Amino acid sequence: MAEVTIRALKKSYGGLQVVHGLDLDIVDGEFVVLVGPSGCGKSTLLRMIAGLEEVTSGDIRIGERRVNNLPPSERDIAMVFQNYALYPHKTVAANMGFALKMRGMDKAEIDQRVKRAAEVLGLTPYLDRFPRALSGGQRQRVAMGRAIVRDPQVFLFDEPLSNLDAKLRVQMRTEIRELHQRLKTTTVYVTHDQIEAMTMADKIVVMQGGRIEQVGAPLELYDRPANTFVASFIGSPSMNMIEGTVQGGTVRAGGATLPLPPGMKVAEGREVIYGIRPENLGDSPDGIRGTIAVVEPTGSETHVVVRIEGRELVAVFRDRISHRPGDQITLAPVDPAGVHLFDKATGTRF
Amino acid sequence: MSKTRSHAGRSIAAHAILITYTLIALFPVFVIVINSFKSRRAIFAEPLMPPMPGNWDLVGYTTVLEQGDFFQYFLNSMTVTVASLFFVLLFGAMAAFALSEYRFRGNLLMGLYLALGIMIPIRLGTVAILELMVSAGLVNTLTALILVYTAQGLPLAVFILSEFMRSVSDDLKNAGRIDGLSEYRIFFTLVLPLVRPAMATVAVFTMIPIWNDLWFPLILAPSEETKTITLGSQVFIGQFVTNWNAVLAALSLAIVPVLVLYLIFSRQLIRGITAGAVK
Repeated sequence: MAEVTIRALKKSYGGLQVVHGLDLDIVDGEFVVLVGPSGCGKSTLLRMIAGLEEVTSGDIRIGERRVNNLPPSERDIAMVFQNYALYPHKTVAANMGFALKMRGMDKAEIDQRVKRAAEVLGLTPYLDRFPRALSGGQRQRVAMGRAIVRDPQVFLFDEPLSNLDAKLRVQMRTEIRELHQRLKTTTVYVTHDQIEAMTMADKIVVMQGGRIEQVGAPLELYDRPANTFVASFIGSPSMNMIEGTVQGGTVRAGGATLPLPPGMKVAEGREVIYGIRPENLGDSPDGIRGTIAVVEPTGSETHVVVRIEGRELVAVFRDRISHRPGDQITLAPVDPAGVHLFDKATGTRF
Repeated sequence: MSKTRSHAGRSIAAHAILITYTLIALFPVFVIVINSFKSRRAIFAEPLMPPMPGNWDLVGYTTVLEQGDFFQYFLNSMTVTVASLFFVLLFGAMAAFALSEYRFRGNLLMGLYLALGIMIPIRLGTVAILELMVSAGLVNTLTALILVYTAQGLPLAVFILSEFMRSVSDDLKNAGRIDGLSEYRIFFTLVLPLVRPAMATVAVFTMIPIWNDLWFPLILAPSEETKTITLGSQVFIGQFVTNWNAVLAALSLAIVPVLVLYLIFSRQLIRGITAGAVK
């Protein structure tokens, strides 16, 4: 096990720079999730750590070693791919033991390790099967088994659950998480799904356009997003953003007057973006008036889409509500302390 | 109900067209084979009559087997075809892998350059090739033929195989790299087995023109020891008299090895296709 340190890391393809000087510290034993929209550079970063992509400039260290110029097989890492990438002509056992065989490990030792990993993952009955005879979830478990038997310093996961159906994805999420708690191996996990990121990570790295937007624990990002990008990316349904101007200790947005978070001082006349999580919006005598467009009951909560002057706000109610589409509703923050205020010009948090 | 009927109708129509085409394509072969077992008189009197006790005559086969060294010709053709095929598939697949797998300057241009050979017939270069072979001292050797056929077959092989190799999952190759496989082992043990159907297709397309070629054996290797079967059969076609029995018998015999090779490849081809379908 080891920490991973990334310093001033850049990557260009020809003249096109796709990663712009990243700095990141991953602590020993930590489960770090890289998340962001497609093309944000998260997979490129992972592949550079793995050694599948050359580093243009900067440093990657695994433990004490600078690994920039080491081939993937000498970095002491194991990777799990989105398409499983199992060797189609090898059995499950041979797939799992192959890397060890390549290292010239003793056959009895390989068998023992494969057996142990198969037990952990519930693959013992399938060891003699070929990958084509397995279901998607089983294949992904074999891919994880292949990673576990190597006992690497770092696990790398590249969107491993994207090819699975929704139910299996939730189940595998828990399994990967449990596995990490048992093995305590440093893990870097790439996904575009913010729910996966929130539920699995010790630390989330939100990326956009080849830059890191924010690094922090899941709830930290949720409670104190550093900018509008992180605010709208983390959380589902995503945060409501209302443009407005600061006037006399309140924010004027269209015809509505919204309270500033307590204790916040913002210069008069400043253009701001007023961010409210859907669960922080509630029925109120005064606030933003609009028409209900859609009511979506999910069982435990009800999502209400409200149309106001051509824009849409989403509110989430925990209680059963009697509102119907077409009704008028007035919304305001339930708890002004939970409001997020961003500078309109830069998008950063006040 | 009407839907299934129209489906059946369409299927019958498709099969009718395919069967007609098969009959037209196989007819000359059929005529050659049946007439090779008949007497000279019967060949000219009733060319479409199948061989039967009245016109039965194996004189063509006995002539072929007695005159000239037909076994040697067969061996030469076989050597040239199999060796050329081996080199075309090996180098074609390697070039295709390099073009589809690695980013390097001029990748696209190199691909176009290699594919250009499909459009330019190699025979245009016959004179230069002959000069080259003369100065290399390779005239009247099978090596000369193998070299020329390898060059002739490579463009199509590179073109088809690089398309197929692009479809092999990158993750699989990367998994191999992380497991410590060398690029050569990734190529031979991971990628080649997955493009086997494409290899079989290329093999069939490459093999037939080589086996049937008369031009280069005539120019580069016409000596008795290096004659191929196609060239060897020509001894029976004279300016004034043609020994049709012998020609037909030689051609019938020449079909057999290429048929065997084709059957080997087509089995691979079908196995590849069904393996993909069943997953």
